Amino acid sequence: MTLTPTRPAPPRPRRRLRAVDPIPWWLRLVTVVVALYFVLPTLFVIPMSFTSTSTFSFPPKGFSLHLYQNFFTDPVWLTSLRNSVLVAVVAALLATLVGTAAALGLHRMTGRMAALARTMLMISLVTPGIVIAVAVYIAFLKWHLVGSFAGYVLAHAALGVPFVLVSVTSALGGFDQKLLRASASLGASPLRTFVRVTMPLISRGIITGAVFAFVTSFDEVVIALFLRSPTFQTLPVQMYNSVTVEVDPTIAAAASLVVTVVTAICLVPQLVGLRKSKR
Amino acid sequence: MSRTTVPATASTAVPGPTHAGTRIDLTDVVKDFGLAAPAVAGVSLTIEPGEFMTLLGPSGSGKTTTLNLIAGFETLTQGSISFNGADVSTLPPHKRNLGMLFQNYALFPHLTVAENVAYPLRERRVPKAEIARKVAAVLELVQLTGRDSTYPAQLSGGQQQRVALARAIVFDPTALLLDEPLGALDRNLRGTLQAEIQRIHREVGSTFVFVTHDQEEAMNLSDRIALFNNGRIEQVGTPEALYQAPETLFAARFLGDSNVFESSSPVDGKLTWEDNVWEIDATTVSAQARPDAPAALVVRPEDIRIATDERDVPPGANAVTATVRDLAYLGSYRTAVLALGRSGVIGRVRLDALDSTVQVGQSVHAWWRVERQRLVAS
Repeated sequence: MTLTPTRPAPPRPRRRLRAVDPIPWWLRLVTVVVALYFVLPTLFVIPMSFTSTSTFSFPPKGFSLHLYQNFFTDPVWLTSLRNSVLVAVVAALLATLVGTAAALGLHRMTGRMAALARTMLMISLVTPGIVIAVAVYIAFLKWHLVGSFAGYVLAHAALGVPFVLVSVTSALGGFDQKLLRASASLGASPLRTFVRVTMPLISRGIITGAVFAFVTSFDEVVIALFLRSPTFQTLPVQMYNSVTVEVDPTIAAAASLVVTVVTAICLVPQLVGLRKSKR
Repeated sequence: MSRTTVPATASTAVPGPTHAGTRIDLTDVVKDFGLAAPAVAGVSLTIEPGEFMTLLGPSGSGKTTTLNLIAGFETLTQGSISFNGADVSTLPPHKRNLGMLFQNYALFPHLTVAENVAYPLRERRVPKAEIARKVAAVLELVQLTGRDSTYPAQLSGGQQQRVALARAIVFDPTALLLDEPLGALDRNLRGTLQAEIQRIHREVGSTFVFVTHDQEEAMNLSDRIALFNNGRIEQVGTPEALYQAPETLFAARFLGDSNVFESSSPVDGKLTWEDNVWEIDATTVSAQARPDAPAALVVRPEDIRIATDERDVPPGANAVTATVRDLAYLGSYRTAVLALGRSGVIGRVRLDALDSTVQVGQSVHAWWRVERQRLVAS
């Protein structure tokens, strides 16, 4: 499977084409429509962000970067961007830590308690965002976490845990538990074994989970609306404000940036996969 | 139970990473997983320094659990384990300094051959230059020189197990534990690797504890065999002792073929089976066969002779009438399947390959010398 750098294997024979039924025209059509449906909003926003007018306009009139200039010079936009990135990074790290630990622990357990614990950890995936937001808001009011960096991180990390749990669990599915015993017999403590054996072998799952946790936090808006304060708000909240309060077309630039960044980050696991299979 | 202890360290003259070997003592070891019966139900065993000890038994007999207890992968329910007299019962596996081979090799797939072999050395903070030297030396020992930067997935099963072997001995472990390491290999390769393991045992001279359910493998490799059954050791001894002088019916049946005559207890030095009355030689009675308990007479197929005429049975020999059920040609010899006595107990006899006097369906007399039989507790 993997090739050594020193001893290149002969080129792999081209994968044999499997005999499949021809794809009917209507299925192609449906595919195109669905794909357009997903991509279209993005295709509207990005051109709009290059408009030269100071109002929303589609199709864009002229070409100008002034919305981007607004974005990168206005301290309100910049601060909220910085807040969002900070919250997302720390929340993703926390979610990755907790989610990976949970996946490792639950992987060893069997039986009802393990299934129950797994369900509990996944519950935020199916709970409506507004319910979580209200619950978090009430709890954080008591704990004086509303409007604080720690509050955002804790709430967003909790949303990210299920993604890490799922991706690490699936990575562990292909992980041979005997390797842990082998490593122990060779003198490695459990912690060393995790660093030298388990982590490299499930790294793809960890990275995938971390990316999803980051993105979940980065574009989360419902909880963020409840937790916002005059001194601390995230980018999605500022975007919401800019439309409902000020009607500021800078949001087009902000939205384009978010789409680009998030798409780029989501491609990270794919790139990791590419690098691995090239070795 | 064991009557012989083989001093197995006589052959450590070969230069190399010679190791005095470690004595492993298991004292009243019990492992209970909370199931119907404990997996290991009171095992005491001393493995001598440099000895090749095989734990043999059917699946579920407790041999693998015992090995895992020695390795420290499982915790003891009762009893103790010590290496050279030092109690290691509660020591975690990574502090026991044992090498281990697994059936599925358990090589680290993200590391090259050299990195795999260097793994235990890096954990022990051995200097880089010495790691390189030791890795090269051990890869030469297992005849894998030049494969340093290969990944495990690119190697054959036999090569992978040789890498695992190199990795398990490169740090001069206290002892080497082998958990059915040849189980996943095909027959020819198994033979080659058996020879390899034997050679390395000779050259390294350290204590080997080998787990298998394959009796041939056990006979071929071991200085001594501990035969497991139902979480206990049935018998410990050299392969010869176990084969020639089984103490229990289980031992007689598990190692090699046996013709078994189950009977009541012997009276006045004679055993009655159906209408036959057989002489008993006191030297061939198992210590575990009680005079007041039911006994079984066991005769190996190669010890039985066939006589077509009753007058050909020598005086003093024990004999039984039999019908030839089947004949099988196996190249260097033939076997005849016999229906023994009136009840037609199935038995086996080994015949000369060229013997053509015996025919299927024929009534014959099967006989054996008294000293070739064995009386065991049934």
